[in-house]
Amino acid sequence: MPSSSTPAPTEPLLQIENLGVRLGGRQVLEGLDLRLESGVLCGLIGENGAGKTTLLRSILGLQRIASGTIRLAGGSVGKARDLVGYVPQKIAFDPQLPLRTRDLVELGLSGRHFGLPWRRRRYQAATKAALAAVGAEHFADQRLGRLSGGQQQRAVIAHALVREPRLLLLDEPLANLDFRSTTSLVQLLGTLVREHGLTVLVTAHDMNPLLPVLDRLVYLVGGRAATGTVDEVVRPDVLSGLYGYPVTVLRHHGRFLVLPDAPDGPGEMRHAGTELPPPSPREEA
Amino acid sequence: MLQALAVDWSAFFADSAVQTALVIGVCAALINASLGVFTLLRGHAFAGHALGDISSAGGAASFLLGISALWGFLGMAWAAALAMAWLGLREARERDLATGIVLGAGLGLTALLLYLAMTTTSASGSTVTVLFGSLFALPPSLAPVVLLLTFGTLCVIVLGYRPLLLIAADADLARARGIPVALLELVYLLLLGLAAAISAMTVGAILATALLLGPAGAALQLATRPVWAFLLAALLAVLAVVLGILLSWQSYYWFSGTSWPVSFFIVLLTLLEYLGAGLWTAFWGGSTWTTAAPPPSACAEDC
Amino acid sequence: MFANYMLPTWIAASFLALAAGAIGYFTVIRRSVFAAHALPLSAFPGGAAAVLTGIDPMIGLLGFAFLGVVFVQQSSRLGPKDLAIGLLLSSFLALGALLLSLTGAYAPAVYALLFGEVLGIPHRELLPTAAVSLLVLAVTVLSFRPLLLQSAAADLATICGINRAGMEWLFLGLLAIVTATALPVVGTPLGFTLLVAPAAAAQRLSAHPARAFLISIALAELLVWSAIALSYWSNWPLGFFVGTLGAVLFVVLRGGGLLPSPSGIRARLSRRETSWHHGAGPNSGTRPDG
Repeated sequence: MPSSSTPAPTEPLLQIENLGVRLGGRQVLEGLDLRLESGVLCGLIGENGAGKTTLLRSILGLQRIASGTIRLAGGSVGKARDLVGYVPQKIAFDPQLPLRTRDLVELGLSGRHFGLPWRRRRYQAATKAALAAVGAEHFADQRLGRLSGGQQQRAVIAHALVREPRLLLLDEPLANLDFRSTTSLVQLLGTLVREHGLTVLVTAHDMNPLLPVLDRLVYLVGGRAATGTVDEVVRPDVLSGLYGYPVTVLRHHGRFLVLPDAPDGPGEMRHAGTELPPPSPREEA
Repeated sequence: MLQALAVDWSAFFADSAVQTALVIGVCAALINASLGVFTLLRGHAFAGHALGDISSAGGAASFLLGISALWGFLGMAWAAALAMAWLGLREARERDLATGIVLGAGLGLTALLLYLAMTTTSASGSTVTVLFGSLFALPPSLAPVVLLLTFGTLCVIVLGYRPLLLIAADADLARARGIPVALLELVYLLLLGLAAAISAMTVGAILATALLLGPAGAALQLATRPVWAFLLAALLAVLAVVLGILLSWQSYYWFSGTSWPVSFFIVLLTLLEYLGAGLWTAFWGGSTWTTAAPPPSACAEDC
Repeated sequence: MFANYMLPTWIAASFLALAAGAIGYFTVIRRSVFAAHALPLSAFPGGAAAVLTGIDPMIGLLGFAFLGVVFVQQSSRLGPKDLAIGLLLSSFLALGALLLSLTGAYAPAVYALLFGEVLGIPHRELLPTAAVSLLVLAVTVLSFRPLLLQSAAADLATICGINRAGMEWLFLGLLAIVTATALPVVGTPLGFTLLVAPAAAAQRLSAHPARAFLISIALAELLVWSAIALSYWSNWPLGFFVGTLGAVLFVVLRGGGLLPSPSGIRARLSRRETSWHHGAGPNSGTRPDG
């Protein structure tokens, strides 16, 4: 993991300017701006089809972009493969697969190498560190396919971390997790950001589970986005502009609910929960 | 050159081997085409394939025991069908591995039985016969039996057509309507075994799948209503078989004395039918429900 | 059993088992059931053609096997189990039948091509067989990690920069070579068992990737040696023993998949009504455009 002695770069780790992406004749992303420094957790929130996966793929260099730029640590995306770790959405390993957690993580380092397995000692140190970072030591020697969903997810996260990336992308990691696993994963993500200085970009349908650790938010609707802190973005005026339809934002105990406005009164916008206390500072996890 | 194309029709139809071949072949075509449509709608092509291959052991056994090939193939096919019903061929990926292994064991058994047949009886050429069919060498006494079985099968299919179609579309809906799904499943499997046995005699055990799935696959791409799919499949299958028999018979004259195997022609024709249907739909568009079982509404029209 | 005339068989089979265990390992991980089934079938007419034209059987088998690779690749483009490929394979078999009939070969020769033969590797084929097998083993070992990652977790492999298409061609190419080389010994339909049974059992026995690989090769050797010994003793065909012992190996060491437990049976009986209809898995049946 990057230690605190790594000099902080003067330019942002991830810089996206005016990004536009077309897929199958449709404008999937339009005019998207985003700047992320090191040590920041950013949530990418939107419905299916809003463009979340497209954005992740663009950052990974797997998707051709029509307009705009994406720069990773000052360089272009294709060259920055080792800077970015990726945890895909659906991870399911066959129960009979002859692969332990430890092996999957090690393959994150060695998977590209042809030839006989020399120099495994080098990999073992990094593997150990990655396993420790996600708290996977106690199932490191178990068969991947026999692990629970949450454990398999951690294994894949460790696999992505083993090359010490500076940016970690996770595609819908909270989908299909129960409450306990959700909380535990969110805590893990917070730890990775705070203690290891990673920048983490997480996509989700619902921002609420991430709120305890969320620094930045990209709210995607139909390819257009509002970016900023939670307080800057989750506001009725901003979101109504995004949706193109008047919305209400309800806030309760620090959680948000975004609802379309009731259709009484043409185009009227209401302020967020005037009867509730004003937004409190974000609680630390 | 044109001489090669001129067929001596009177000689053709007078040949008793040809007559038997035509009868049994057409029966095989009809049964396989109709069951093939069901098989494809239900997505069980691999099961149909496996049944054909495994029945080869029965054919080999029949040589050994000196019984009629039909009963050998049929017995084995039914045993396999019942085993499949009991195991419940859910399509887990593990099942595919397991099915392949069982197929291998079955064919290994065939290997043994054929070897024993070759060495202990005077039945030479049993290998080719079992695996690749022997349409021209079938005893004429078999024809009435096959005709009867075919007639029975077609009756069952016609009577059970609506329920079977509904089961293929939506099993739970069928159950809700009070249709005895498990019973019909079993009946379907047994009929499939019968189809495999008869086509094993026609084109051989390991080629039986072509006759089962080829015309049906072609028909499903072209037909817009279930009934037409069945009729078209039957037509295409009969066409393939009859033309195959004709070509094989005629090839005797092309190649001065060696005729090409009838199974080769039949399989080739089913392939051409399927590819032809694909080309047709590419240019002129095809039916709307080839990618899934027919929607219940289609049944509502016909039922 | 170890007489001079049997030596080529022992040697050739031992080398073949090395290659079969190695590539079978990845075949099972990738669940390439269709390819493992299809390639021997497509190689078969090559053997018949070789008998007909007098060319080296190895060349005929390899040539047709590679043709089969092209078709399998096409099928994964059209859809996992496209019916067209299935019919094409049946046509390959039918072609083989045609070629066999044209050779006028005697029944035993026909039989040997289909079901293999203990003495299926003549002396002059020994060196090529051994060389090819070692080549397959070497390539597999050298590509072990990229191939493993790509086979076990294709998405992750792409992110790591491993070329997916490249790995697929590599795998299928190696599979074709092993299939073609093993066919004269084990026969057409049993290449599948030789590839799958030892590897499947090995992977159940160990979760350590390298160890499972070695066990897979060891079990393949064991299978082949037992089959040869039993076949020599009883004079029964080699294919029978490969098929039967392979099945036993699979069921005993891998278990589960075939034999339901008592509670499983009860559940199965009540659930049987639904069991036939969820057949939409990737390896299930074929639908015309599915």
